[in-house]
Amino acid sequence: MRKLLFQSLFRGPLTEQAPSQSETAVEELAAAVKHAARSRLGRSLSIREVDAGSCNGCELEIHALNNAYYDVERFGIRFVASPRHADVLMVTGPVTKNMSDALERTYLAMPNPKWVVAVGDCARDGGCFAGSYAVVGGVSRVIPVDLHIPGCPPAPATILQGLLSLLDQAANKAATPSRGGQAHE
Amino acid sequence: MPSLIDLTLEGRAIEQHHPWPRATVDASVWEFAASELAHGRWSLLGLWGEPSTVHMAIMDGDTADIAIVSLDCPERNYPSVAKHHRPALRLERTIHDLFGLSAEGLPDARPWLDHDRWGIRFPLGDRVKALSMAAPYRFLAAEGDGLHQIAVGPVHAGIIEPGHFRFTASGETVVRLEQRLGYTHKGVDGLMIGASLERAAQLAGRISGDSTASYSYAFSRAAEAALELIVPDRAVWLRALMAELERLANHLGDIGAICNDASFALMHAHCSVLRESVLRASRNVFGHRLMRDIIVPGGVTRDIDDPGIEAIQSMLDNIRRRFPALLELYDNTASLQDRTVDTGVLKPALARQYAAGGYVGRASGRAFDARKALGYPPYDSLSFDAPVLNEGDVNARVWIRIREVEQSVSLIDQILDRLPEGPTGTLAGHRREPREGMAVVEGFRGDILVWLRLRDGQVERCHLRDPSWFQWPLLEAVIENNIVADFPLCNKSFNCSYSGHDL
Repeated sequence: MRKLLFQSLFRGPLTEQAPSQSETAVEELAAAVKHAARSRLGRSLSIREVDAGSCNGCELEIHALNNAYYDVERFGIRFVASPRHADVLMVTGPVTKNMSDALERTYLAMPNPKWVVAVGDCARDGGCFAGSYAVVGGVSRVIPVDLHIPGCPPAPATILQGLLSLLDQAANKAATPSRGGQAHE
Repeated sequence: MPSLIDLTLEGRAIEQHHPWPRATVDASVWEFAASELAHGRWSLLGLWGEPSTVHMAIMDGDTADIAIVSLDCPERNYPSVAKHHRPALRLERTIHDLFGLSAEGLPDARPWLDHDRWGIRFPLGDRVKALSMAAPYRFLAAEGDGLHQIAVGPVHAGIIEPGHFRFTASGETVVRLEQRLGYTHKGVDGLMIGASLERAAQLAGRISGDSTASYSYAFSRAAEAALELIVPDRAVWLRALMAELERLANHLGDIGAICNDASFALMHAHCSVLRESVLRASRNVFGHRLMRDIIVPGGVTRDIDDPGIEAIQSMLDNIRRRFPALLELYDNTASLQDRTVDTGVLKPALARQYAAGGYVGRASGRAFDARKALGYPPYDSLSFDAPVLNEGDVNARVWIRIREVEQSVSLIDQILDRLPEGPTGTLAGHRREPREGMAVVEGFRGDILVWLRLRDGQVERCHLRDPSWFQWPLLEAVIENNIVADFPLCNKSFNCSYSGHDL
């Protein structure tokens, strides 16, 4: 183990440059932040992730955010175990009927202010599962969604772009006191 | 003692079913098959329904012969297989939930995928109105002094699929675990009905995200069997390349994650870097990190060029360079071994009874690997081992995965070396008459079964069976007498699919 640790010390980091913000994500976000206040947020973001019936593809790529290449913690972004600790609820999947209660209750357990990020094509409108007797079809049918990150599944860099735009917009908002400061309901 | 072939000869053979025989049998033959399963002569591969028929896929473990027996049940009931052979239990509960067909003598008649939330009962059968009052789900009892229950899920602490686990513990020791699944049920069998081949392939690729290549592979092979389609050689080899890349990525990720659950984050960090390198190579070559929608009926939609081959080879070189040090780290870290050795032991007899596939079976003495046993191309002309251990603990499952990483690296080498030239696909036309096909493909988790009936270019019925169906119940068994804190290790070493199981 010692050898491996030493090698890690002398090897350059694997971490890559933060990606630039994508146009679509920023656009969607601009609308989303209208009703949000985040003066208290600063540059840290705690995320509670909920799989509302995805195929697990999105989870794999969200997991990848924690590997050494993306290393989201350097942006102050971390995944937390409880909705009580979270600013952001990240939701994947077409929202199955069997999961919709659990999703709603997780959302209600989060303190204000809070944001919901829907990840993946299924989370927008049910994707290819839309129309099934067993799915609700899209996260926004159950809880309000602030940002949608498209893809099947979105690559980690794409998810990261979405999160960064959420943070930057939050910071800008906080700098403009006349428009910020309202609790998000 | 009749063989599987004799069994199908007892019934009325169905024409246009490929490549294995299917026969409609009567209730006595159905029950005979169930009792043979119970006696361990044959293994259960799958059990699924249609509005008034049930089908059972059976394999003879010695000869790798496969057959399907079907039983018409106009009275909406059929003799329970689970009554004799417990691995059929959840499948029969599911058949009832979806089609309303009752298994006579079923030892556990509680609903399984149906949580009283669909607004409808028997969605693929009679479609009757939901019950006015949702019935509470009764967990199985465990009684004794000082026992307490721990309820976990469906929203877990990590980034993980949803399911519910009900532990009954005596102090730290688990005396019973009961799973409740179905939270990710998306009604895929229903969506498949009437779907075009193209849409059905897309759905199949989204059954379980970590096995997207294998599911597309299995679905495509089943459709091609039904249509008696010959796929060009290059496509056949590229499919195996994708299946092995997928296996490699998943095993690397899981080996690290298992160690992480033993609080050994260093392994996790290094393994997830290697996993990422596989995904990036896949992205470079096939345009998608998980290689989704690349394998389709008739062939593959992407070809590989020389820079692509080089990208994969340099990724493999990197793994060959770095993996041995990690392996040594795993093997020589006492604190890690302390958690994995003798933890979550799956007895070989139980693995055999449940016909557990993949590393779960192979770490408990069950040598079945669909790539070897069924020898589908191109694996019939590749040289590789299917490693087997007998210990059945978390450590054994890790070692099987380590050996499979090595085998996959060698397989990918061989594939790239010998990749035949030629076209990458052929047109999957359609036939008016009904045609049925089946395929079994070895995903990273174990054998994936796909059975379908096509008619006039549309899917009339398609059933996809994830290896997890026969692995989930075993997880309940292995956790017994272990401590609660070892559950994450047991769970991760199995890594059963929720979405693939819930469908």
